[in-house]
Amino acid sequence: MSKPESSAQTLAQKLIAKAAGRASVSVGEIVNCQVDLAMFHDSSGPRRLKPMLEELGAQVWDKSRIVLVMDHYVPEQDEDSRRIVRIARDWARDQQLPHVYDSMGICHVVLPQKGHLKPGLFCVGGDSHSPTGGAFGAYMFGIGSTEMLGVVVTGQIWVRVPETYRMRWDGRLQAGVTAKDMMLHMIGRFGMNGGQYQAVEFCGEAVQALSMQERMTLSNMSAELGAQAGLIAPDEVTRQWLEGIGVRDIEVQGWSTDEGADCVTHRFDASNLVPQVAAPHSPANTRPVQAFEGTAVQVAYVGACTGAKLEDLRAAARVLRGHRLGQGVRLMVAPASLQDQAQAEAEGVMADLRAAGAEVLPTACGACSGYGGSIPDGANVIATTARNFKGRMGSATAQVYLASPYTVAASALRGRITDPREVMA
Amino acid sequence: MSGPHKVWKVGADVDTDQLAPGAYMKLGLADIAQHCLEGIRPDFAPGVRPGDVLVAGANFGIGSSREQAAGALVQLGLKAVIAPSYSGLYFRNAFNLGLLLLTCKEAERIREGEMVQLDLPGRAIIRSDGQRLACDAIPDFLLEMVEAGGLLPRLKRRMSSRGVHHE
Repeated sequence: MSKPESSAQTLAQKLIAKAAGRASVSVGEIVNCQVDLAMFHDSSGPRRLKPMLEELGAQVWDKSRIVLVMDHYVPEQDEDSRRIVRIARDWARDQQLPHVYDSMGICHVVLPQKGHLKPGLFCVGGDSHSPTGGAFGAYMFGIGSTEMLGVVVTGQIWVRVPETYRMRWDGRLQAGVTAKDMMLHMIGRFGMNGGQYQAVEFCGEAVQALSMQERMTLSNMSAELGAQAGLIAPDEVTRQWLEGIGVRDIEVQGWSTDEGADCVTHRFDASNLVPQVAAPHSPANTRPVQAFEGTAVQVAYVGACTGAKLEDLRAAARVLRGHRLGQGVRLMVAPASLQDQAQAEAEGVMADLRAAGAEVLPTACGACSGYGGSIPDGANVIATTARNFKGRMGSATAQVYLASPYTVAASALRGRITDPREVMA
Repeated sequence: MSGPHKVWKVGADVDTDQLAPGAYMKLGLADIAQHCLEGIRPDFAPGVRPGDVLVAGANFGIGSSREQAAGALVQLGLKAVIAPSYSGLYFRNAFNLGLLLLTCKEAERIREGEMVQLDLPGRAIIRSDGQRLACDAIPDFLLEMVEAGGLLPRLKRRMSSRGVHHE
């Protein structure tokens, strides 16, 4: 389905046009794009790419455009994990990769921290939460390892120019309500394939009022909307954050959807949004927290790229400061990166969480992916993660609820699902 | 025309954690395939035979980018998946691994255990009683990938015929 080319382009069209070396592109066209950056991790990367590259007798197209992050199988728990991570480390060394981040945090959080993202870039990641990069005004999406092989050898990838679904949030979030609640609400409304593998764009005054980390949470969970990309037009918030970490040559002007560009807009009111909870076993199974209030929880998990960044840790600490966990509740906190954790330590946030009874786990994907640490069978778990599919976190019988860090902390405090606004000063 | 193919049927929203459970992701594809869909159809992995087809509900393959979710079905020798809709990410992974995905709005009509034929040029699935169910068109370059066995064999072919140079 191809529409006639229009002079008014969406942000998605502009980003793809640039990567395709075109002045403009039409929705529905299939184009070949030059890739600015390809990121993969210890699970999706070297253990899969190395044998395929050897089979092809091919070389990496441009090592400076590759980022390797060790986050899934670290810390190594068994012989298989050690083998996988060793393959990754050995390959990184043999290839003399310039950008390798080993056990420093989850790839989607580490990547922007290390200055690899800025507006205008076209990037791919070997992980489904790669749309997190869209928060920086870059077109970034997740691909599988064989597709990544194609990128690593040719430096190119084809895309079908997507439609844009704009999610316009008017008003302002109330205290205790977060980007995570916004996302759960949208996924509840549109479903896990509501994004139709098109581009979603978050806009409106409530989005503009969000910090970069909160914006990352929105873009991150575009994966759960089934969108290919989750874009946020860059602005002065983006510029300041990037300049603060030393990124240069930042273009903000022009990276936005034109007035009159062909897209579908859905409107939401942030002022009336209440904390949300997604019940087992789908992020789309979302209702206001009131619907689940009183459900007992045995395990609370503050972790993952979605929900354990500095601001997420601060949110949990704010609720738990000066209190102890509810009877029979276990709270695990796995910070999303060493940098977030260090800053949280410096602020006393980690001390507050430990004083409340939290167990601090290493920075890594951990229990979210079910690759390593396991969740007890039959437990009710409330987590700041992005997915609560049956069996995902390691136990086939655990019942996982998704929520914001405020809601998770409040629930850990009371031992049952709780509206955080009730416990916040 | 291909077939007949035996039908295995599952519901909607079958996710990548069902197709390639996280606990086995540290193992090779042969091992992962043995646990494919065991959470919802424990009879599938042990019982499926090369040439069978999987009929599913909407949103097949949602979740992770792990291509093992498609690779497991290739490993088990599935001829195709037939569903009304797919995760877009899964769609790409499947074709890159040479797994044929047919988009059929009326897939729900097909029954467990039925024998169906596939008419790819005619873009239809033919049921055991002769009923034709229409499928969406698949771009030629994606069909070529299925024929080649996926992106890797296709890259190999292109590279050996042209010789790839890296500046």
